[in-house]
Amino acid sequence: MLRIENLHKRYRTGDEALKGVSFTVPSGQILGLIGPSGSGKSTLIRCVNRLVEPSAGRIFLDDLELTALSHSELRKARRHIGMIFQEFALVERLTVMENVLSGRLGYVPFWRSFSRRYPAVDIDKAFALLERVGVLDQADKRADALSGGQRQRVGIARALEQDPELLLIDEPTASLDPKTSRQIMRLIREVCAERNLPAIINIHDVVLAQTFVDRIVGLRAGEVVFDGAPAALSPQVLTRIYGEEDWTELQRRYDDETEDESGAGDRKAADARIERRAGLA
Amino acid sequence: MPESNAARASPEIGPNAITARIWRRPPLIHNRTLRWACGAGAFMYLTLALASLHINWRRVYDGIERGWRLIQGFLVPDFLSRWGDIAVGMQESLTMTVTSTLVGVLISVPIGIGAARNIAPLPIYFLCRGIIAVSRSLQEIIVAIFFVAMFGFGPFAGFLTLSFGTIGFLSKLLAEDIEDIDESQAEAIRATGAGWWQLVNYGIQPQVMPRLLGLSCYRLDINFRESAVIGIVGAGGIGATLNTAIDRYEFNSAGAILILIIAIVMMSEYFSGYARKWVQ
Amino acid sequence: MPVATAVNKLVWRHRAPRRQLALWVSWFALVSLFVFCWRVMTKDTMWSFVWDAPRQAADISDRMFPPALRYFPELLAPLWDTINIATLGTLIAIVIAVPVAFLAARNTTPSPRMVRPLALLTIVASRSINSLIWGLLLVTIVGPGVFAGVIAIALRSIGFIAKLLYEAIEEIDASQVDAITATGASRLQVLDYGVVPQVLPAFAGISVFRWDINIRESTVLGLVGAGGLGLKLQASLNTLAWSQVTTILLVIFATVAVSEWISARVRHAVI
Repeated sequence: MLRIENLHKRYRTGDEALKGVSFTVPSGQILGLIGPSGSGKSTLIRCVNRLVEPSAGRIFLDDLELTALSHSELRKARRHIGMIFQEFALVERLTVMENVLSGRLGYVPFWRSFSRRYPAVDIDKAFALLERVGVLDQADKRADALSGGQRQRVGIARALEQDPELLLIDEPTASLDPKTSRQIMRLIREVCAERNLPAIINIHDVVLAQTFVDRIVGLRAGEVVFDGAPAALSPQVLTRIYGEEDWTELQRRYDDETEDESGAGDRKAADARIERRAGLA
Repeated sequence: MPESNAARASPEIGPNAITARIWRRPPLIHNRTLRWACGAGAFMYLTLALASLHINWRRVYDGIERGWRLIQGFLVPDFLSRWGDIAVGMQESLTMTVTSTLVGVLISVPIGIGAARNIAPLPIYFLCRGIIAVSRSLQEIIVAIFFVAMFGFGPFAGFLTLSFGTIGFLSKLLAEDIEDIDESQAEAIRATGAGWWQLVNYGIQPQVMPRLLGLSCYRLDINFRESAVIGIVGAGGIGATLNTAIDRYEFNSAGAILILIIAIVMMSEYFSGYARKWVQ
Repeated sequence: MPVATAVNKLVWRHRAPRRQLALWVSWFALVSLFVFCWRVMTKDTMWSFVWDAPRQAADISDRMFPPALRYFPELLAPLWDTINIATLGTLIAIVIAVPVAFLAARNTTPSPRMVRPLALLTIVASRSINSLIWGLLLVTIVGPGVFAGVIAIALRSIGFIAKLLYEAIEEIDASQVDAITATGASRLQVLDYGVVPQVLPAFAGISVFRWDINIRESTVLGLVGAGGLGLKLQASLNTLAWSQVTTILLVIFATVAVSEWISARVRHAVI
């Protein structure tokens, strides 16, 4: 469970990226973070594992106060927080296996990671994860030889290799085509359900967010302006978050998407429909 | 097909069997024989090379005392006792640097343009590339020796040496830069019916000017450092003063000269960064 | 602004008047500087020697050709020495330059106020002093020979390699480093997985590039007594044996050509 209390972030330039954000994410819940550019979504996610230092406020992972940890304690805590990035952030010149195994860096001493002698348990887990995300046959390829969708899957495997208690996901589909985006979102939802993981997903595609998450938090200019179910995103709410706009097209797409996702079983048919629509649009 | 690092250690023996798999770090060189050959070759070379280093440890031990004096000379530099010689040497070095860089840049521009495949006619291209090759293959100090033999001792020979080196350096980089330009810009200018000179002035110059200025500043720095050396063979500059000071074991003066050289290089680095921003 | 209004009509000039003036002033200053330096520099120049130069050049060329090819076998041992000076010197320099580069790069230095300036100072000091001067100093300390040459090359190369390497380190993709940090890795692990793989190609290129330059510089180190072909060169010059000098120059030329070829191939292959 993740609890954020009154989080503030003010940058040195004077920009106030976060102004008193508070909410709680129970285990197993997938929370979608939406909002316009500059609303503080990325900052919020990075404050949780302190890649960006909060100016004020507290963050709790179960009973551990993340914001009060010393540098070495923070390192240990980061092991339990998996992060997935927009541009995949894989180490491009290392192989896929090495990238996944780098998820265990917090757990193994330097000499082991340097000589690549990871415990057999970690290696088996890596193979299992690669199989689960569907890129096992790419295990020995260099990361920059993979397509965008494949790289993001490796990114997911790396995060899961950490045995995390929380997933922080920063715009996982921004660099992907519509079909791959849905596949990745589906994968994320499945693995979170399998492991009962709470997750915060920073996402700019509102419809994608609505389709795949359990709860939506809308940020605007560093403040929470909406916190509720995906279905409750009415045009008025969307205006409150993003500003005045014609939301009817969005509503229509949402209806189509939820119909595809809930449609009995046939994922391939659903994706095919999306592809065709994207081609016509 | 390189052998996979993910080899199965044991086959599945039942529906719920766990397959233990081995994984090892991917090696730098995949071909096994090549890897071993490189390793063995490197080992052999190192053994032979180190063996040929006849180190006279006695001499080194004696030398440590002298080395210590040198370091002391560096920490307690003496600018004053040999100030006359140092001033003359520095004056020669600095004037050589300025004049040779300016003249060098001036001559490099036409040669660089002539050495660019995409705008120069073929015979001129070969001629200019030839000049560049000759200039670059000769080490500066060797050129200095020849110029001293021809023109006599003193900074004039040094000036010629540094100019010659500048030409080889700048022309090559300028030619490469011109060959790398965005062709569409030059094409557009050609399409207006511009003459060859106009093409250079409008299509080429704007693209390569910033880099040329940056490279000239870099070459100024290099020329100063070179000017501090060619004095050893008589081509003027602070190198001769330094050589004399070291020969006479006047390490305090030598330290002073070295500090001056380092200080000037540091200042020029600082100012060239500044100047580059100003020109932008 | 190059566009201005004059008497209710838009006017265009190549450059704004102020900038034009500044440009003229700079040109004038540059030319004055050149003239001043030229006069100071050529104060004591014996112009009679300068006009005599073509005759001297003809005289020397005459003595240089044909090259003394039977001198060639004597050059093999010094050539081996020269190659060793360059190679061993580069290897030692790499070992020292790598940590210095990490200490000097803004994103990997442990202390930006104390350690980084020291690392940068080391780099400048090493770069400012030509390998020939290092050679002079070392010959005084450890005596003439190959050993002095190796150390001289090493000391000069540290600055070169460390400067280019730390610039490469500062240009890496920060998100890859962020990702590794986010897994809870220690500083060393972040360097090993996030930084090193990104700078490895640049590092290989820089090292081979410097080795190639060092081959050139090692050939002349013997002029100050630090071993290699330069010793033979010095001896031949002292006895005015110009045809031998030609042979030595040919050997140097061939060696440099080979090392440049190797360097270009390696840098091309390592991406």
